Amino acid sequence: MMNIEKIRMDFPILQKKINDHQLVYLDNAATTQKPKPVIDSIVNFYVQGNANIHRGIYQLSEQASNNYESIRKKVKDFINAEKSHEIIFTSGTTESINLIADSFGRTFLNKNDELIISEMEHHSNIIPWQMLCKRKKSSLKIVSFHDNGDLNIDQLRKTINEKTKLIAITHLSNVLGTINPIKEICSLAHKKNIPVLVDGAQAIQHLKIDVQDLDCDFYVFSAHKMYADTGLGVLYAKEKWLQKLEPTRYGGGMISKVTMQKTTFAEIPFKFEAGTQNISAVHSLGSAIDYLNNIGIDNIHQYEKKLLSYALNKLNQLNGITIYGTSSNKSSIISFNIDHVHHYDAVMILDKLGIAVRSGTHCAEPIMNHYHISGCIRVSIAFYNTTKDIDHLIKGIKKVQEMHKLNE
Amino acid sequence: MNKQINQIQESIIEEFSHFNDWFEAYEYLINIGKKLTNMDENLKTEEHAIGGCQSQVWISAQLMDGKIFYEADSDSVLIKGIIALLFEVLNKQDPQSVVSSDLYFIEKIGLKNHLSPTRSNGLFSIINQLKMYANMFNSDNIEE
Repeated sequence: MMNIEKIRMDFPILQKKINDHQLVYLDNAATTQKPKPVIDSIVNFYVQGNANIHRGIYQLSEQASNNYESIRKKVKDFINAEKSHEIIFTSGTTESINLIADSFGRTFLNKNDELIISEMEHHSNIIPWQMLCKRKKSSLKIVSFHDNGDLNIDQLRKTINEKTKLIAITHLSNVLGTINPIKEICSLAHKKNIPVLVDGAQAIQHLKIDVQDLDCDFYVFSAHKMYADTGLGVLYAKEKWLQKLEPTRYGGGMISKVTMQKTTFAEIPFKFEAGTQNISAVHSLGSAIDYLNNIGIDNIHQYEKKLLSYALNKLNQLNGITIYGTSSNKSSIISFNIDHVHHYDAVMILDKLGIAVRSGTHCAEPIMNHYHISGCIRVSIAFYNTTKDIDHLIKGIKKVQEMHKLNE
Repeated sequence: MNKQINQIQESIIEEFSHFNDWFEAYEYLINIGKKLTNMDENLKTEEHAIGGCQSQVWISAQLMDGKIFYEADSDSVLIKGIIALLFEVLNKQDPQSVVSSDLYFIEKIGLKNHLSPTRSNGLFSIINQLKMYANMFNSDNIEE
């Protein structure tokens, strides 16, 4: 069992008051709060260990480099990759996707080829592919989802053909909360030798990720959504792909030999990490992984599952609520609207009650178009949230309805 | 500085000083928002829209007898309430007064949090748009 009260004490910001109310933070899909050990690890790095990595011979630099590489291994273990050098540090999920779009596109995509994405993607997993297709005169195929939020897997089956060069799909939708059947998608794709990129930005902090079991070719995520610092992301890629792909950024730290005429690149993973990396954030990611492992990602998943169903039950008991995304295979995210109330108005009022939730399109306008809405309210939970937080939210929603005179 | 504009601002500040908490203030905004005169549907065009991802806002303006007549709408009733307040202050004023107005009442009545310039749909862009119309009418007048 998880001791939530004890866990909450690890997150200093949760003690904060907003507009005279205890903060109820339910925007964890945007970013997660940081536990004390993660915050301390950043300070400790600068107090005890700051030096640039992979450059200096002196002790401090060697120590920083060793720590950095040990965290690469920690990330490898966390997602059960086969090899440490299959882990590339980037600036975030967005950069990870852009790197593959640029590099894979350059080498493997030709005119009239096809890429497949889904209708439920975050803009970060749409725009890089759109731009790539425009450059290469290839075509972007969209697989839709059913009204309950489940991916239309039959349509995916029919969309895959000889021209398909890559499938890019989210593991867990940032609006619908749907968990996509990645293993099944990878097995479908691999029958035709098509690689699969999985956007794991919303899954990594909620589900046990095993990239070997999923058998995906690329898996990308951000550190700040898994309780670590901002400005850091991960690109996992199977070794066979990293050997075929060219770097897209050039600079220090990624070469083995440079003359004015010619440059030979370093080995993987270094050839994909040009310039000085976000070393302090990498340290924080190491601490975040330790913290998560200590609680146990399976325990986290079980707890969040219970909390999600508690929240869904409570919301369903209210009148005049429309929920978007009701898949039976769903996690951590609830998007909804209060009938006759604009999402912006609702969230402005909730904010006054200390409740932090998101309104708008959540960088997923195609999902809004699917439901013909201008936007919605999104509640996203983490393991430090409690049923008390949900009760506050429900009270807040009732207040919103009352202020709009909807209960009369 | 237009005295009349400031007098209206003072009376709004006075009105808001009677509210006991934000809750009453928001309720008031929702009420006046609901009552804001409906904008002609034909005017809700791309040309009159203020872009952004939070809520839709349309603003148009006409100059009649040297005074500006604004029309606006939003799908957010709170934003409509704020627009209603702005109209109380700026509607039917002459362009020069609108251009030179200092809308200090917004901060005084506690709506500053709507003012963030990063929210392209916030009060900030609405005021910019209102003043832009006034500026346009103003320079038209000078040319004549």
